[in-house]
Amino acid sequence: MGTFHDHLGEWHGVTIAMQTRDGTIYVGRCHEVNEHVVVMHDADHHHDGDGGMNTADYLKKAGRWGVFKKHDHLVLECAQVAWIKPLNQF
Amino acid sequence: MPYPELMVRPMREDLVRIGVRELRTAEDVRAFFADAAGASMIVINSVCGCAAGMARPAVALALQHAKKPDHVVTVFAGQDTEATAAVRGRFPELPPSSPSIIIMKDGQLVDYIARHRIEGRSAHDIAKDMTEVFDEIC
Repeated sequence: MGTFHDHLGEWHGVTIAMQTRDGTIYVGRCHEVNEHVVVMHDADHHHDGDGGMNTADYLKKAGRWGVFKKHDHLVLECAQVAWIKPLNQF
Repeated sequence: MPYPELMVRPMREDLVRIGVRELRTAEDVRAFFADAAGASMIVINSVCGCAAGMARPAVALALQHAKKPDHVVTVFAGQDTEATAAVRGRFPELPPSSPSIIIMKDGQLVDYIARHRIEGRSAHDIAKDMTEVFDEIC
């Protein structure tokens, strides 16, 4: 997977779902994953229960339709990240 | 900012040569929706690699299926910006995504294959998603 920019990591250009260790879910287009940070574009975030939706239902809806962005760009430290998966797995 | 037309012309022609009609202006889009009875598919084209490698080949495969939409049209995101905005304005519930594919019946949304359902998949698998919907509505 990924695109022609190998130096930006295997997730470059892929729409990902990511959970951080505090339980927050982030969905957006991954720009780069390096040893320090994850950089995303056009990202949404969701906390369990936001909008009356639990995390599983949010991921299911995001996987079906996509998300409206809340962040043009987002940078998160890798140490905060619990997991990253392609959104199309949901 | 749009890319030079010389660069994107082959990306347009990938679809036009298989019978997909381009909607270049908001007026083109308005006229299309005014006469969109039956099954329709709108391809939101893009310069990105997954449009070239997966989305456009998938559309070409899907249009070889026995059942296919009455109308197949395309707008080019980032190039024909007013036309793209006009399509997206018809479906405010859909997060913007390019490339992407909208399938409708009598103007009503039936399926939306956004970019994340295109990335990393084969054209064959994406075409299968489309043709399963064609079998239901065409």
